[in-house]
Amino acid sequence: MKILVPVKRVIDYNLKPRIKSDGSGVDLANIKMSMNPFDEIAVEEAIRLAEAGKAEEVVVVSIGPAKAQETLRTGMAMGADRAILVETDDEVEPLAVAKILKAVVEEENPGMVIMGKQAIDDDSNQTGQMLAALLGWAQGTFASKVELDSDAVTVTREVDGGLETVKLGLPAIVTTDLRLNEPRFAKLPNIMKAKKKLLDTKSPADYGVDTAPRLKTLKVTEPPVREAGEIVPDVDTLVAKLKVMGAV
Amino acid sequence: MSALVLAEHDGGKLNPATLATVTAAAAVGGPVHVLVAGGDDASAAADEAAKVEGVEKVLLASDAAYAGQLAENVAPLVAGLMDGYDAFLAPATTTGKNIAPRVAAMLDVMQVSDIIGVEGPKTFTRPIYAGNAIATVESSDAKLVITVRGTAFDKAAAEGGSATVEAASGPGDAGLSTFVGLDATESERPELTSAGTIVSGGRALKDSATFEQVITPLADKLGAAIGASRAAVDAGYVPNDYQVGQTGKIVAPELYIAIGISGAIQHLAGMKDSKVIVAINKDPDAPIFQVADLGLVADLFDAVPELTSKL
Repeated sequence: MKILVPVKRVIDYNLKPRIKSDGSGVDLANIKMSMNPFDEIAVEEAIRLAEAGKAEEVVVVSIGPAKAQETLRTGMAMGADRAILVETDDEVEPLAVAKILKAVVEEENPGMVIMGKQAIDDDSNQTGQMLAALLGWAQGTFASKVELDSDAVTVTREVDGGLETVKLGLPAIVTTDLRLNEPRFAKLPNIMKAKKKLLDTKSPADYGVDTAPRLKTLKVTEPPVREAGEIVPDVDTLVAKLKVMGAV
Repeated sequence: MSALVLAEHDGGKLNPATLATVTAAAAVGGPVHVLVAGGDDASAAADEAAKVEGVEKVLLASDAAYAGQLAENVAPLVAGLMDGYDAFLAPATTTGKNIAPRVAAMLDVMQVSDIIGVEGPKTFTRPIYAGNAIATVESSDAKLVITVRGTAFDKAAAEGGSATVEAASGPGDAGLSTFVGLDATESERPELTSAGTIVSGGRALKDSATFEQVITPLADKLGAAIGASRAAVDAGYVPNDYQVGQTGKIVAPELYIAIGISGAIQHLAGMKDSKVIVAINKDPDAPIFQVADLGLVADLFDAVPELTSKL
């Protein structure tokens, strides 16, 4: 089977975003960008399935600016076989991303799509579910374990009440949670090899998808700042203050 | 305007996140109807939903296909009902987050995720970048699909309403997926997202046994729920559903006690709306102290037992 892994180029997860002074958004100029951490987990999972002989090919796909090539190369350095960049400088919302991915899926015919449960920039947590709806496929979201058989995939999901298990007919969409695996670091020889792997470039228009946004961002502001309180010297003072506050 | 709210329920009990979602739905524009989809136990949850203040009608879809809350089955049910509504709202729980985007795509709507405020009929605030920024967004879609952060809205009163309960039905089993089971974390404690007090532990607790030994007596004393940082969950001290943070549970109790938690951005995003925050950590530079109302720089293995005995 072929596995398709969509990946997104986002602000590096170690960095605190700076909000533009005009409130129009987050300033990403000269900021280190990386692969969305949940997508790294998705790439890792797909590669492990390939290494276990359960998948023949892993294709990474990204929708974004020309620089998203770097993100795709990272995926290929980890072990993906080839890449597709759907190049656009516009901000593309999850619904439009899902529509583009649907068209890519129809061209590539993967047996499974594994993707991050959310991107750490817009925190939408939508694209996988939307893609599953558009394709009429089953969805195993927030996965912490994936067991692939010939005709079904069993997914353990991290849910509010504990761990839920669902069995999905194939083809299916899986979205990754944090504890699914620990992504590998790409080794230098593999980074060199990845430069020679195939990277196709397309545009949203190639797939006939209208990416005009449905949501208009009116402004982006700092969250209300919580002021630091006081450092108390000992447990007795802590207990006394808590009582004064009526907290205990 | 009219709004349909997806009830979250478990064994016939309505989840409190549903009540906050009803409040958000009323702000978007009423009348507010509540859909209870489930198996045999759904009717008890429907009766409970009918008593919620501000709810005009409850739609009860009782079918074995909806028992496991599988998105593949529930989303077509919701989409089929949406002809009669302008907005669909679900709690931003793992169930709501699984189902709502599937509904949105079926309706060709761009969902507004995890709202924390209603600014106008189609204008909402929502956190982005792990809560490091707040975006105000306006939808241009004909219908709205929204998930609601439960801690950001007051809960509608559980009593005082007298809605009618009507049967609803959908396509049933889509035949795509099967619910195998839920490995539920058994606990006598209050549920994390609705608890008044939370005692949370981090990686400094060393291991599972030490976590239990240090955190549990304090939580018992306070009648508190127990939470954990991602580091503590990753290290296997406690199950995944204890995790507080941007990718775990978002909580806002009256009192949050963070023990041996450094305060990574993604943890702070999950608890900084708590009313009173107490931090106990031996590192005076830990970021948790920047949001704590009361901080104690101390070795937790001395301070926590002492705190437990003195409360």
